[in-house]
Amino acid sequence: MKKKLLSALLCVAMVASLVVGCGGKEETAEAPAAAEESASEEATGATFKIGGIGPSTGGAAIYGQAVKNAAEIAVAEINEAGGINGYPVEFIWGDDEHDAEKSVNAYNSLKDQGMQMLLGTVTSTPCIAVADEAAADNMFLLTPSGSAVDCVANDNAFRVCFSDPNQGAASAQYIGENGLATKVAVIYDSSDVYSSGIYETFAAEATNQPFEIVAAEAFTADNKTDFSVQVQKAKDAGADLVFLPIYYQEVALILNEASKQAYAPVFFGCDGVDGLLSVEGFDTALAEGVMLLTPFVADEDNEATQNFVAKYEEQFGGVPNQFAADAYDGMYAIKAAAEKVGLTPDMSISDMCEAMKVAMTEISIDGLTGDITWSADGEPTKDPKAMVIKDGAYTAM
Amino acid sequence: MSFLGYLINGVSLGSVYAIIALGYTMVYGIAKMLNFAHGDVIMVGAFVIYTAMSSAGLSPILSVILAMVLCTILGMTIEKIAYRPLRNAGSPLAVLITAIGVSYLLQNLGLLIFGADTKSFKSIVNMEALQFAEGQLTISGETIVTIIACVIIMFALTSFVKYTKAGRAMVAVSEDRGAAQLMGINVNGTIALTFAIGSALAAIAGALLCSAYPSLSPYVGSMPGIKAFVAAVFGGIGSIPGAMIGGILLGVIENLSKAYISSQLSDAIVFGVLIVVLLVKPTGILGKNIQEKV
Repeated sequence: MKKKLLSALLCVAMVASLVVGCGGKEETAEAPAAAEESASEEATGATFKIGGIGPSTGGAAIYGQAVKNAAEIAVAEINEAGGINGYPVEFIWGDDEHDAEKSVNAYNSLKDQGMQMLLGTVTSTPCIAVADEAAADNMFLLTPSGSAVDCVANDNAFRVCFSDPNQGAASAQYIGENGLATKVAVIYDSSDVYSSGIYETFAAEATNQPFEIVAAEAFTADNKTDFSVQVQKAKDAGADLVFLPIYYQEVALILNEASKQAYAPVFFGCDGVDGLLSVEGFDTALAEGVMLLTPFVADEDNEATQNFVAKYEEQFGGVPNQFAADAYDGMYAIKAAAEKVGLTPDMSISDMCEAMKVAMTEISIDGLTGDITWSADGEPTKDPKAMVIKDGAYTAM
Repeated sequence: MSFLGYLINGVSLGSVYAIIALGYTMVYGIAKMLNFAHGDVIMVGAFVIYTAMSSAGLSPILSVILAMVLCTILGMTIEKIAYRPLRNAGSPLAVLITAIGVSYLLQNLGLLIFGADTKSFKSIVNMEALQFAEGQLTISGETIVTIIACVIIMFALTSFVKYTKAGRAMVAVSEDRGAAQLMGINVNGTIALTFAIGSALAAIAGALLCSAYPSLSPYVGSMPGIKAFVAAVFGGIGSIPGAMIGGILLGVIENLSKAYISSQLSDAIVFGVLIVVLLVKPTGILGKNIQEKV
């Protein structure tokens, strides 16, 4: 009985293996055909394939989605106007959930899909990881919003946004040149590279400016709800301006605490403050008079900006933030550089990168985030715009 | 004058810690387990109040009562489903791990329902700040309400435990569960009641925490939860006045070290003090020295 059962089982196994074997053959038969197809597509060199990587899901999704949406708008516009050097552009997106490992996976998957240049990644930590991969492949990389210094450490990498140190120095200069204050307090997050990076360059530049830093108060990621001490120390030091190189969630708390303590200095922030007005339940009256240096403001009276904002609102709903503007400018920077050197899609990834590296330093674009030129170390040069919150909206100063 | 300001803000922060620590200490004293999900019940309470006030337009008082009722139900449900079946599982680790599991479950459910965006919590306290010495010293309405609430809760709890039948049952269960059961005390019921009280306190703590520091996210309860746990250990876990003293001391030390030593080192100092206290007095400030008989 047992033997019978065993032989029956073996029979089944044999038949099954035959079926599986056939299936396998069919698949292998199909694969070369698919390969031929993609090969023929490459041979005609129909399209430029530009990849994008960022968090389109997860906690930082607001940034990734903005970049993806804006890049799609730019690509649609470029294709409508005849593409780059006559070749249409295809934008392919990979989600990294703001995670370095997933970002590298997305990079490899996009490479398998034929990516030739990368507009990404969106957030700093994943960007540093992907930048090393891209350097090994000699793939051209332009990050719209990776602001950490190391994002563009390799010579194939460029960025559209300001670097962290750049913002600190620019803020100090702006405050000094416009005589906004004589005594300045700073409240920053010492556990965050973005915030402490800005603070360090701000403090360095402040020594050249006609104001003094009377209080520099830090907080950490584990202790960022109670700001009573930091605000009181700024108040006791007599600061007439409080510099906030931090993100909007904490800015909202600090504004609240200051109003409780009846303390009303000028509050001055960087691009992290962008988003303050959209915090759910936040009393925007508290934000009245808050100043910030940011490269992009959606209600700026400028035809290109208004056009972009209108398109964004129509296609995706909501007002685009500066990440969207950076991505839009980034796509146009790729176009300008590629046209400068007559790039064609049949070039190898490495040849493209070599050509683009040179071209980036020669172009200048009039973008949504200002007139931008690039230096060979990948840093952009553009003027930050000072904004003030008036009647619950960002207004140019 | 500024010292007074730091001190009062420290007492206010400490009072919130104290109310949370009461939840930890009662559950530990009676069920002999660390309910790590306590911090996340605070989050649930705060979200209930936020939703009730902003969407349903309820008054602050009604919202807090609603949150207390819902948190009580939540706390008792957690106890019944996740902890009670494991109470006699042999290893106390099983319940501890389950508590951590419940904590993550609540956090992620919060993320799913409310999203990761931080929301600005509208204060439940509608009271003008007191100004002294021409605006040099300001005491906000939230601070006053928090401190008063903390004192009332402590007295209410102490007299509840001392003078009511259910309270006496709690003491009995905490001292010897087996003997209490033999004397006819409903041990499961008493533990469920403890969870109910602890969770209702969590709702109040959520309201006060988010009114004083108006930012609301699914992670709002986790760090204060840990600090309050530390406060409970600091004061002597299992002791109600101990949780109170531990919480307030913790808040005051935290704020004064922020003010006079370093704002970024404050956590290191707080936990450093904790280590020193435990080295000198391992059972905490008001902890009982119980000798195990061999």
